[in-house]
Amino acid sequence: MKIREVTLSTTPTAEAVADLRLGDIVYLDGLIYTAREGVYMRALEDKANIPMELPSESAANFHCSPAAVIREDGSFDLGAVTATASFRFAKWLPEWMAKTGARLIIGKGGMSSKDYKEYFVPNGAVYLSTVGYGTGALLGRGVETVEAVHWHEELGIAQAMWVMRARRMGPFIVASNLEGECLFERENVKIAENLERVYEGTKPAVLKRYGETDDRSDEVIG
Amino acid sequence: MIPIDLIETTAETLMDKAAIEIPQDYLDGLKAAARTEDGDLSSFVLKAMLENYEAAKEDRRAMCGDTGVPRWFVKLGNEARIEGGFVALEAALRRATATATTGVPLRPNRVHPLWRTDHNNNVGIGAPEIEYGFEPEGAWIDLITVHKGGLFGTDYRMLFPSDGIEGIKRFYLDSLVAFGKRGLACQPAIIGIGLGGSKDTCMVLGKRASVLRTVGSRNSDPKIAAMEDEFKELGNSIGMGAMGFVGKNMVIDCNIEVGYCHTGGMQMSVHAFCLSSRRAVARLFPDGRVEHRTDPDWFTPYQRRETIEWNPQREAAE
Repeated sequence: MKIREVTLSTTPTAEAVADLRLGDIVYLDGLIYTAREGVYMRALEDKANIPMELPSESAANFHCSPAAVIREDGSFDLGAVTATASFRFAKWLPEWMAKTGARLIIGKGGMSSKDYKEYFVPNGAVYLSTVGYGTGALLGRGVETVEAVHWHEELGIAQAMWVMRARRMGPFIVASNLEGECLFERENVKIAENLERVYEGTKPAVLKRYGETDDRSDEVIG
Repeated sequence: MIPIDLIETTAETLMDKAAIEIPQDYLDGLKAAARTEDGDLSSFVLKAMLENYEAAKEDRRAMCGDTGVPRWFVKLGNEARIEGGFVALEAALRRATATATTGVPLRPNRVHPLWRTDHNNNVGIGAPEIEYGFEPEGAWIDLITVHKGGLFGTDYRMLFPSDGIEGIKRFYLDSLVAFGKRGLACQPAIIGIGLGGSKDTCMVLGKRASVLRTVGSRNSDPKIAAMEDEFKELGNSIGMGAMGFVGKNMVIDCNIEVGYCHTGGMQMSVHAFCLSSRRAVARLFPDGRVEHRTDPDWFTPYQRRETIEWNPQREAAE
Protein backbone atom coordinates (compact mmCIF):
# COMPACT_ATOMS: atom_id res chain seq x y z
CA MET A 1 0.00 0.00 0.00
CA LYS A 2 1.34 3.41 -0.95
CA ILE A 3 0.94 5.97 1.84
CA ARG A 4 -0.93 9.09 0.72
CA GLU A 5 -0.10 12.54 2.06
CA VAL A 6 -2.80 15.20 2.51
CA THR A 7 -2.73 18.85 3.60
CA LEU A 8 -5.86 19.80 5.48
CA SER A 9 -7.34 22.97 6.94
CA THR A 10 -8.34 22.96 10.63
CA THR A 11 -11.71 24.27 9.41
CA PRO A 12 -12.10 21.60 6.74
CA THR A 13 -14.96 21.36 4.27
CA ALA A 14 -17.28 18.37 4.51
CA GLU A 15 -15.85 17.17 1.19
CA ALA A 16 -12.26 17.33 2.43
CA VAL A 17 -13.17 15.25 5.49
CA ALA A 18 -15.10 12.74 3.38
CA ASP A 19 -12.11 12.33 1.11
CA LEU A 20 -9.82 11.11 3.93
CA ARG A 21 -8.87 7.43 3.91
CA LEU A 22 -7.66 5.26 6.79
CA GLY A 23 -3.88 5.45 6.99
CA ASP A 24 -3.52 8.76 5.10
CA ILE A 25 -0.82 11.04 6.48
CA VAL A 26 -2.16 14.52 7.25
CA TYR A 27 -0.49 17.90 7.75
CA LEU A 28 -2.63 20.69 9.24
CA ASP A 29 -2.90 24.42 8.51
CA GLY A 30 -4.87 26.86 10.67
CA LEU A 31 -5.90 27.32 14.28
CA ILE A 32 -5.91 24.27 16.50
CA TYR A 33 -6.92 24.21 20.17
CA THR A 34 -6.17 21.83 23.02
CA ALA A 35 -9.04 20.52 25.12
CA ARG A 36 -8.90 17.52 27.44
CA GLU A 37 -10.59 16.57 30.74
CA GLY A 38 -10.00 19.95 32.40
CA VAL A 39 -11.54 21.97 29.56
CA TYR A 40 -14.38 19.47 29.04
CA MET A 41 -15.33 19.56 32.71
CA ARG A 42 -15.17 23.35 32.88
CA ALA A 43 -17.12 23.91 29.68
CA LEU A 44 -19.66 21.09 29.93
CA GLU A 45 -20.11 20.44 33.65
CA ASP A 46 -19.42 23.90 35.09
CA LYS A 47 -21.06 25.53 32.02
CA ALA A 48 -18.31 28.13 31.59
CA ASN A 49 -18.42 30.09 28.33
CA ILE A 50 -15.98 28.72 25.79
CA PRO A 51 -13.56 31.59 25.06
CA MET A 52 -13.41 30.97 21.28
CA GLU A 53 -15.77 31.08 18.33
CA LEU A 54 -16.15 27.41 17.48
CA PRO A 55 -16.16 25.96 14.90
CA SER A 56 -15.62 29.06 12.75
CA GLU A 57 -12.15 29.73 14.23
CA SER A 58 -11.20 26.08 14.53
CA ALA A 59 -12.82 22.66 14.18
CA ALA A 60 -9.69 20.85 15.37
CA ASN A 61 -9.62 19.65 18.98
CA PHE A 62 -6.21 18.36 20.04
CA HIS A 63 -6.02 16.02 23.07
CA CYS A 64 -2.76 17.44 24.23
CA SER A 65 -0.88 19.58 26.65
CA PRO A 66 2.23 21.15 25.19
CA ALA A 67 5.61 21.33 26.88
CA ALA A 68 5.37 25.08 27.22
CA VAL A 69 5.72 27.94 29.62
CA ILE A 70 3.95 31.28 30.04
CA ARG A 71 6.65 33.90 30.58
CA GLU A 72 6.25 36.68 33.12
CA ASP A 73 5.54 39.20 30.35
CA GLY A 74 2.64 37.02 29.21
CA SER A 75 4.36 35.65 26.11
CA PHE A 76 4.76 31.94 25.46
CA ASP A 77 7.64 29.55 24.96
CA LEU A 78 6.40 26.37 23.32
CA GLY A 79 8.73 23.40 22.82
CA ALA A 80 7.42 19.93 22.12
CA VAL A 81 3.80 18.91 21.48
CA THR A 82 2.57 15.38 22.11
CA ALA A 83 -0.93 13.93 22.32
CA THR A 84 -2.50 12.13 25.23
CA ALA A 85 -4.69 8.99 25.01
CA SER A 86 -8.18 9.93 23.82
CA PHE A 87 -10.32 6.98 24.91
CA ARG A 88 -10.52 8.50 28.39
CA PHE A 89 -12.50 11.45 27.06
CA ALA A 90 -15.34 9.46 25.46
CA LYS A 91 -17.79 10.50 28.18
CA TRP A 92 -17.54 14.20 27.20
CA LEU A 93 -16.93 14.05 23.46
CA PRO A 94 -20.50 13.64 22.14
CA GLU A 95 -21.66 16.79 23.96
CA TRP A 96 -18.44 18.65 23.10
CA MET A 97 -18.80 17.89 19.40
CA ALA A 98 -22.44 18.89 19.35
CA LYS A 99 -21.57 22.15 21.09
CA THR A 100 -18.42 23.09 19.16
CA GLY A 101 -18.81 21.49 15.75
CA ALA A 102 -15.37 19.87 16.04
CA ARG A 103 -14.63 17.84 12.91
CA LEU A 104 -11.08 16.77 13.61
CA ILE A 105 -10.39 15.07 16.93
CA ILE A 106 -6.66 14.66 17.28
CA GLY A 107 -4.94 12.55 19.89
CA LYS A 108 -3.31 9.28 20.80
CA GLY A 109 -4.73 5.79 20.28
CA GLY A 110 -8.07 6.68 18.74
CA MET A 111 -11.53 5.68 19.92
CA SER A 112 -13.60 2.56 19.24
CA SER A 113 -15.54 2.09 16.00
CA LYS A 114 -18.64 2.24 18.21
CA ASP A 115 -17.69 5.79 19.21
CA TYR A 116 -17.02 6.69 15.60
CA LYS A 117 -20.37 5.35 14.38
CA GLU A 118 -22.39 6.81 17.26
CA TYR A 119 -21.21 10.41 17.29
CA PHE A 120 -18.24 11.06 15.00
CA VAL A 121 -20.02 10.13 11.77
CA PRO A 122 -23.27 12.02 12.57
CA ASN A 123 -21.15 15.11 13.29
CA GLY A 124 -19.13 14.69 10.10
CA ALA A 125 -15.97 14.21 12.18
CA VAL A 126 -12.93 11.97 11.90
CA TYR A 127 -10.07 11.05 14.23
CA LEU A 128 -6.46 11.91 13.49
CA SER A 129 -3.77 10.15 15.49
CA THR A 130 -0.37 11.61 16.22
CA VAL A 131 2.56 9.46 15.12
CA GLY A 132 4.95 7.53 17.30
CA TYR A 133 3.88 8.28 19.84
CA GLY A 134 5.95 11.20 20.52
CA THR A 135 6.97 13.12 17.42
CA GLY A 136 6.83 16.02 19.88
CA ALA A 137 9.67 18.00 18.33
CA LEU A 138 8.27 17.71 14.78
CA LEU A 139 4.81 18.79 15.91
CA GLY A 140 6.33 21.65 17.90
CA ARG A 141 8.01 22.86 14.72
CA GLY A 142 4.59 22.96 13.06
CA VAL A 143 3.31 25.54 15.55
CA GLU A 144 3.87 28.97 14.04
CA THR A 145 2.60 30.93 17.05
CA VAL A 146 0.64 30.47 20.24
CA GLU A 147 -2.36 32.77 19.79
CA ALA A 148 -3.78 32.47 23.31
CA VAL A 149 -3.91 30.34 26.43
CA HIS A 150 -7.31 30.23 28.11
CA TRP A 151 -8.14 29.07 31.64
CA HIS A 152 -4.53 28.44 32.66
CA GLU A 153 -5.14 30.06 36.02
CA GLU A 154 -8.14 27.86 36.71
CA LEU A 155 -6.77 24.63 35.23
CA GLY A 156 -2.96 24.89 35.22
CA ILE A 157 -0.68 24.89 32.20
CA ALA A 158 -1.17 21.20 31.34
CA GLN A 159 -4.98 21.36 31.29
CA ALA A 160 -5.37 24.87 29.89
CA MET A 161 -6.88 25.58 26.45
CA TRP A 162 -3.92 26.38 24.20
CA VAL A 163 -4.77 28.02 20.87
CA MET A 164 -1.99 27.43 18.34
CA ARG A 165 -1.55 28.48 14.74
CA ALA A 166 -0.48 25.39 12.82
CA ARG A 167 1.57 25.61 9.66
CA ARG A 168 2.00 22.29 7.96
CA MET A 169 1.84 20.71 11.39
CA GLY A 170 2.25 16.96 11.33
CA PRO A 171 2.49 14.15 10.65
CA PHE A 172 -0.90 12.82 11.73
CA ILE A 173 -2.51 9.54 10.63
CA VAL A 174 -6.18 9.26 9.66
CA ALA A 175 -7.54 6.69 12.15
CA SER A 176 -11.27 6.86 11.35
CA ASN A 177 -13.39 7.70 8.33
CA LEU A 178 -16.96 8.77 7.65
CA GLU A 179 -18.03 5.14 7.45
CA GLY A 180 -17.03 4.91 11.12
CA GLU A 181 -14.24 2.44 10.41
CA CYS A 182 -11.31 2.30 12.81
CA LEU A 183 -7.69 1.94 11.63
CA PHE A 184 -6.50 0.44 14.92
CA GLU A 185 -9.25 -2.17 14.98
CA ARG A 186 -8.43 -3.10 11.37
CA GLU A 187 -4.81 -3.67 12.43
CA ASN A 188 -5.81 -5.55 15.59
CA VAL A 189 -7.90 -8.01 13.55
CA LYS A 190 -4.85 -8.80 11.40
CA ILE A 191 -2.59 -9.17 14.44
CA ALA A 192 -5.08 -11.39 16.29
CA GLU A 193 -4.74 -14.02 13.56
CA ASN A 194 -1.16 -14.64 14.74
CA LEU A 195 -1.77 -14.59 18.48
CA GLU A 196 -2.76 -18.25 18.90
CA ARG A 197 0.63 -19.28 17.55
CA VAL A 198 2.56 -16.77 19.70
CA TYR A 199 0.76 -17.91 22.86
CA GLU A 200 1.52 -21.57 22.16
CA GLY A 201 3.42 -23.11 25.09
CA THR A 202 2.26 -20.51 27.60
CA LYS A 203 -0.38 -21.13 30.24
CA PRO A 204 -2.82 -18.98 32.18
CA ALA A 205 -1.86 -17.91 35.71
CA VAL A 206 -2.71 -20.30 38.53
CA LEU A 207 -4.49 -17.48 40.38
CA LYS A 208 -7.00 -15.69 38.16
CA ARG A 209 -7.90 -12.05 38.40
CA TYR A 210 -11.53 -11.38 39.11
CA GLY A 211 -13.24 -10.06 35.98
CA GLU A 212 -10.32 -10.92 33.71
CA THR A 213 -11.11 -11.61 30.09
CA ASP A 214 -9.68 -14.40 27.98
CA ASP A 215 -10.89 -12.84 24.73
CA ARG A 216 -7.73 -11.76 22.91
CA SER A 217 -9.65 -9.74 20.36
CA ASP A 218 -10.85 -7.57 23.25
CA GLU A 219 -10.15 -3.91 22.46
CA VAL A 220 -9.34 -3.34 26.17
CA ILE A 221 -10.59 0.25 26.03
CA GLY A 222 -14.26 1.21 26.27
CA MET B 1 33.25 17.04 49.47
CA ILE B 2 31.05 17.52 46.37
CA PRO B 3 30.00 21.19 46.04
CA ILE B 4 26.22 21.63 46.19
CA ASP B 5 26.17 24.28 43.45
CA LEU B 6 27.86 21.82 41.11
CA ILE B 7 25.16 19.28 41.90
CA GLU B 8 22.39 21.74 41.07
CA THR B 9 23.88 23.05 37.80
CA THR B 10 24.77 19.51 36.67
CA ALA B 11 21.24 18.35 37.51
CA GLU B 12 19.80 21.16 35.33
CA THR B 13 22.06 20.10 32.45
CA LEU B 14 20.96 16.48 32.90
CA MET B 15 17.27 17.43 32.76
CA ASP B 16 17.94 19.26 29.50
CA LYS B 17 19.99 16.44 27.95
CA ALA B 18 17.52 13.74 28.99
CA ALA B 19 14.59 15.62 27.47
CA ILE B 20 16.32 16.49 24.19
CA GLU B 21 18.99 13.89 23.31
CA ILE B 22 17.92 10.29 22.67
CA PRO B 23 20.55 7.95 24.18
CA GLN B 24 22.82 6.41 21.52
CA ASP B 25 22.13 2.79 22.58
CA TYR B 26 18.38 3.23 22.12
CA LEU B 27 18.89 5.15 18.86
CA ASP B 28 21.08 2.35 17.46
CA GLY B 29 18.46 -0.19 18.54
CA LEU B 30 15.67 1.75 16.85
CA LYS B 31 17.67 2.21 13.66
CA ALA B 32 18.26 -1.56 13.56
CA ALA B 33 14.52 -2.08 14.05
CA ALA B 34 13.71 0.39 11.27
CA ARG B 35 15.90 -1.59 8.87
CA THR B 36 13.99 -4.83 9.52
CA GLU B 37 10.49 -3.32 9.66
CA ASP B 38 8.32 -4.09 6.64
CA GLY B 39 4.85 -3.11 7.88
CA ASP B 40 4.07 0.00 5.79
CA LEU B 41 2.48 2.04 8.59
CA SER B 42 4.89 0.94 11.32
CA SER B 43 7.82 1.68 8.98
CA PHE B 44 6.46 5.17 8.46
CA VAL B 45 6.19 5.64 12.24
CA LEU B 46 9.79 4.58 12.88
CA LYS B 47 11.04 6.86 10.13
CA ALA B 48 9.11 9.78 11.64
CA MET B 49 10.56 9.03 15.07
CA LEU B 50 14.11 9.07 13.69
CA GLU B 51 13.39 12.46 12.11
CA ASN B 52 11.93 13.61 15.42
CA TYR B 53 15.14 12.87 17.36
CA GLU B 54 17.06 14.96 14.82
CA ALA B 55 14.56 17.82 15.04
CA ALA B 56 14.79 17.79 18.86
CA LYS B 57 18.58 18.07 18.80
CA GLU B 58 18.63 20.71 16.06
CA ASP B 59 16.05 22.92 17.76
CA ARG B 60 17.11 22.05 21.33
CA ARG B 61 13.48 21.28 22.09
CA ALA B 62 12.13 18.28 24.01
CA MET B 63 11.76 15.15 21.85
CA CYS B 64 8.36 14.42 23.39
CA GLY B 65 5.71 16.86 24.59
CA ASP B 66 4.79 14.48 27.38
CA THR B 67 7.58 14.87 29.89
CA GLY B 68 6.50 11.76 31.72
CA VAL B 69 7.39 11.86 35.39
CA PRO B 70 10.96 13.08 35.86
CA ARG B 71 12.78 11.22 38.62
CA TRP B 72 16.24 10.87 40.06
CA PHE B 73 18.51 7.99 40.94
CA VAL B 74 21.53 8.92 43.00
CA LYS B 75 24.41 6.56 43.48
CA LEU B 76 27.23 7.27 45.88
CA GLY B 77 30.65 5.80 46.30
CA ASN B 78 31.20 4.80 49.91
CA GLU B 79 33.52 7.74 50.59
CA ALA B 80 31.35 10.42 48.94
CA ARG B 81 30.46 13.48 51.01
CA ILE B 82 28.02 16.15 49.91
CA GLU B 83 28.22 19.79 50.89
CA GLY B 84 25.18 20.40 53.09
CA GLY B 85 24.37 16.69 53.30
CA PHE B 86 21.39 14.82 51.87
CA VAL B 87 18.79 17.46 52.67
CA ALA B 88 20.78 19.94 50.57
CA LEU B 89 21.12 17.34 47.81
CA GLU B 90 17.38 16.72 47.68
CA ALA B 91 16.63 20.45 47.65
CA ALA B 92 19.12 20.92 44.77
CA LEU B 93 17.46 18.14 42.73
CA ARG B 94 14.00 19.57 43.36
CA ARG B 95 15.16 23.05 42.36
CA ALA B 96 16.84 21.73 39.20
CA THR B 97 13.65 19.87 38.25
CA ALA B 98 11.58 23.03 38.66
CA THR B 99 14.11 25.23 36.85
CA ALA B 100 14.36 22.86 33.89
CA THR B 101 10.57 22.62 33.62
CA THR B 102 10.37 26.29 32.68
CA GLY B 103 13.82 26.42 31.07
CA VAL B 104 13.64 23.61 28.44
CA PRO B 105 10.53 23.90 28.63
CA LEU B 106 9.00 20.63 29.86
CA ARG B 107 5.36 19.90 30.42
CA PRO B 108 4.45 20.37 34.10
CA ASN B 109 2.91 16.92 34.44
CA ARG B 110 2.89 16.47 38.19
CA VAL B 111 -0.42 17.14 39.91
CA HIS B 112 -2.07 16.16 43.19
CA PRO B 113 -3.90 12.82 42.63
CA LEU B 114 -7.17 14.07 44.11
CA TRP B 115 -7.21 17.86 43.91
CA ARG B 116 -5.29 18.01 40.61
CA THR B 117 -3.26 20.94 41.97
CA ASP B 118 -0.45 21.74 39.52
CA HIS B 119 2.57 23.69 40.74
CA ASN B 120 3.60 24.04 37.07
CA ASN B 121 7.10 22.83 37.90
CA ASN B 122 6.98 19.00 38.21
CA VAL B 123 7.58 19.27 41.96
CA GLY B 124 5.12 18.26 44.66
CA ILE B 125 4.44 15.63 47.28
CA GLY B 126 6.84 12.75 46.51
CA ALA B 127 7.78 14.36 43.20
CA PRO B 128 10.35 14.02 41.79
CA GLU B 129 11.18 10.62 43.26
CA ILE B 130 14.76 10.36 44.49
CA GLU B 131 16.19 6.86 44.97
CA TYR B 132 19.61 5.89 46.25
CA GLY B 133 22.24 3.23 45.70
CA PHE B 134 25.77 2.75 46.96
CA GLU B 135 29.05 1.30 45.74
CA PRO B 136 31.88 0.01 47.90
CA GLU B 137 34.55 2.43 46.68
CA GLY B 138 34.87 6.01 45.49
CA ALA B 139 34.22 9.60 46.58
CA TRP B 140 32.04 10.37 43.52
CA ILE B 141 28.31 10.61 43.14
CA ASP B 142 26.32 9.62 40.07
CA LEU B 143 23.26 11.69 39.23
CA ILE B 144 20.83 9.89 36.93
CA THR B 145 17.63 11.41 35.68
CA VAL B 146 14.97 9.40 33.90
CA HIS B 147 11.86 10.84 32.23
CA LYS B 148 9.61 7.84 31.82
CA GLY B 149 6.02 7.96 30.63
CA GLY B 150 3.61 7.34 33.41
CA LEU B 151 0.35 5.76 32.26
CA PHE B 152 0.63 2.64 30.12
CA GLY B 153 2.83 -0.40 29.59
CA THR B 154 3.39 -1.37 33.22
CA ASP B 155 1.73 -4.21 35.10
CA TYR B 156 2.28 -6.47 38.09
CA ARG B 157 1.13 -9.97 38.85
CA MET B 158 1.68 -12.39 41.71
CA LEU B 159 2.69 -15.63 40.05
CA PHE B 160 3.64 -18.83 41.86
CA PRO B 161 6.36 -21.43 41.31
CA SER B 162 3.78 -23.71 39.66
CA ASP B 163 3.15 -21.03 37.00
CA GLY B 164 6.68 -21.69 35.78
CA ILE B 165 8.29 -20.20 32.70
CA GLU B 166 5.06 -20.80 30.74
CA GLY B 167 3.23 -18.52 33.15
CA ILE B 168 5.94 -15.89 32.95
CA LYS B 169 5.70 -15.93 29.16
CA ARG B 170 1.92 -15.65 29.30
CA PHE B 171 1.97 -12.57 31.53
CA TYR B 172 4.73 -11.02 29.42
CA LEU B 173 2.68 -11.48 26.24
CA ASP B 174 -0.52 -10.33 27.95
CA SER B 175 1.21 -7.10 29.03
CA LEU B 176 2.74 -6.42 25.62
CA VAL B 177 -0.47 -7.08 23.70
CA ALA B 178 -2.76 -5.22 26.12
CA PHE B 179 -0.67 -2.06 26.17
CA GLY B 180 0.67 -2.49 22.65
CA LYS B 181 -2.79 -2.20 21.10
CA ARG B 182 -3.16 1.28 19.61
CA GLY B 183 0.42 1.87 20.67
CA LEU B 184 -0.47 2.94 24.20
CA ALA B 185 2.92 1.71 25.45
CA CYS B 186 4.65 3.94 22.86
CA GLN B 187 6.53 0.90 21.55
CA PRO B 188 8.99 -0.30 20.37
CA ALA B 189 10.28 -0.03 23.90
CA ILE B 190 12.94 -1.25 26.27
CA ILE B 191 10.96 -3.83 28.21
CA GLY B 192 12.02 -4.32 31.82
CA ILE B 193 10.93 -7.39 33.75
CA GLY B 194 11.18 -7.69 37.51
CA LEU B 195 11.03 -11.17 39.00
CA GLY B 196 10.82 -11.85 42.73
CA GLY B 197 11.35 -9.50 45.64
CA SER B 198 8.00 -8.52 47.13
CA LYS B 199 5.20 -6.63 45.40
CA ASP B 200 6.83 -3.20 45.76
CA THR B 201 10.43 -4.28 45.17
CA CYS B 202 9.35 -6.36 42.17
CA MET B 203 7.98 -3.18 40.60
CA VAL B 204 11.20 -1.36 41.45
CA LEU B 205 13.35 -4.13 39.93
CA GLY B 206 11.37 -4.17 36.70
CA LYS B 207 11.33 -0.39 36.38
CA ARG B 208 15.07 -0.22 36.97
CA ALA B 209 15.59 -3.04 34.45
CA SER B 210 13.86 -0.90 31.82
CA VAL B 211 15.31 2.53 32.66
CA LEU B 212 18.72 1.86 34.24
CA ARG B 213 20.05 -0.72 31.77
CA THR B 214 21.00 0.01 28.19
CA VAL B 215 20.02 -1.68 24.94
CA GLY B 216 22.43 -4.58 24.36
CA SER B 217 23.33 -5.08 28.02
CA ARG B 218 22.82 -8.56 29.45
CA ASN B 219 22.22 -9.89 32.94
CA SER B 220 25.36 -11.35 34.53
CA ASP B 221 23.56 -14.68 35.08
CA PRO B 222 23.99 -16.48 31.72
CA LYS B 223 20.66 -18.28 32.04
CA ILE B 224 18.82 -15.00 32.65
CA ALA B 225 20.78 -13.45 29.76
CA ALA B 226 19.48 -16.27 27.53
CA MET B 227 15.94 -15.54 28.73
CA GLU B 228 16.43 -11.87 27.80
CA ASP B 229 17.32 -12.90 24.24
CA GLU B 230 14.40 -15.31 24.05
CA PHE B 231 11.91 -12.78 25.42
CA LYS B 232 13.07 -10.08 23.02
CA GLU B 233 12.45 -12.45 20.12
CA LEU B 234 9.11 -13.59 21.57
CA GLY B 235 7.90 -10.00 21.87
CA ASN B 236 8.95 -9.25 18.32
CA SER B 237 7.14 -12.32 16.99
CA ILE B 238 3.70 -11.04 18.07
CA GLY B 239 3.24 -9.37 14.69
CA MET B 240 2.66 -5.98 16.27
CA GLY B 241 4.82 -2.93 15.71
CA ALA B 242 4.87 0.77 16.48
CA MET B 243 1.46 2.27 17.37
CA GLY B 244 -0.04 -1.22 17.39
CA PHE B 245 0.13 -1.45 13.60
CA VAL B 246 1.08 -4.71 11.92
CA GLY B 247 4.84 -4.98 12.27
CA LYS B 248 7.86 -6.82 13.60
CA ASN B 249 9.19 -4.55 16.31
CA MET B 250 7.66 -4.27 19.78
CA VAL B 251 10.80 -4.76 21.83
CA ILE B 252 14.07 -2.91 21.28
CA ASP B 253 15.51 -4.95 24.11
CA CYS B 254 14.32 -6.97 27.08
CA ASN B 255 16.10 -6.62 30.42
CA ILE B 256 15.36 -8.89 33.36
CA GLU B 257 16.33 -8.28 36.98
CA VAL B 258 15.65 -10.61 39.89
CA GLY B 259 15.48 -10.45 43.67
CA TYR B 260 15.02 -13.17 46.25
CA CYS B 261 11.34 -13.65 47.08
CA HIS B 262 9.00 -15.54 49.40
CA THR B 263 9.44 -19.30 48.95
CA GLY B 264 5.81 -19.68 47.85
CA GLY B 265 5.73 -16.87 45.27
CA MET B 266 7.18 -15.65 41.99
CA GLN B 267 6.27 -11.96 41.67
CA MET B 268 6.48 -10.49 38.18
CA SER B 269 6.33 -6.96 36.82
CA VAL B 270 6.59 -5.66 33.26
CA HIS B 271 7.60 -2.11 32.31
CA ALA B 272 7.97 -0.34 28.97
CA PHE B 273 10.51 2.45 28.48
CA CYS B 274 9.12 4.16 25.41
CA LEU B 275 10.11 5.59 22.03
CA SER B 276 11.39 8.58 24.00
CA SER B 277 13.60 6.59 26.38
CA ARG B 278 14.95 9.60 28.22
CA ARG B 279 17.88 9.15 30.57
CA ALA B 280 21.02 11.12 31.29
CA VAL B 281 23.84 10.45 33.71
CA ALA B 282 26.75 12.38 35.18
CA ARG B 283 29.47 11.43 37.65
CA LEU B 284 30.60 14.26 39.92
CA PHE B 285 33.97 14.18 41.69
CA PRO B 286 35.11 16.13 44.76
CA ASP B 287 37.62 18.10 42.63
CA GLY B 288 34.77 19.51 40.55
CA ARG B 289 35.14 17.22 37.53
CA VAL B 290 31.88 16.17 35.82
CA GLU B 291 31.72 13.24 33.37
CA HIS B 292 28.55 12.91 31.33
CA ARG B 293 27.30 9.59 29.94
CA THR B 294 24.02 7.83 29.11
CA ASP B 295 24.64 4.40 30.68
CA PRO B 296 23.55 4.48 34.34
CA ASP B 297 25.67 1.36 35.01
CA TRP B 298 23.40 0.72 37.97
CA PHE B 299 23.42 -3.07 38.13
CA THR B 300 26.99 -3.66 39.24
CA PRO B 301 28.14 -6.88 40.93
CA TYR B 302 27.61 -5.06 44.24
CA GLN B 303 23.94 -4.33 43.43
CA ARG B 304 23.38 -7.98 42.52
CA ARG B 305 25.34 -9.44 45.45
CA GLU B 306 24.00 -12.63 47.02
CA THR B 307 26.24 -13.03 50.05
CA ILE B 308 26.10 -11.58 53.56
CA GLU B 309 29.43 -9.79 53.34
CA TRP B 310 30.73 -7.97 50.29
CA ASN B 311 33.77 -9.88 49.16
CA PRO B 312 34.77 -8.80 45.67
CA GLN B 313 37.78 -11.13 45.45
CA ARG B 314 35.67 -14.21 45.99
CA GLU B 315 32.93 -13.00 43.64
CA ALA B 316 35.52 -12.31 40.93
CA ALA B 317 37.07 -15.76 41.35
CA GLU B 318 33.74 -17.51 40.84
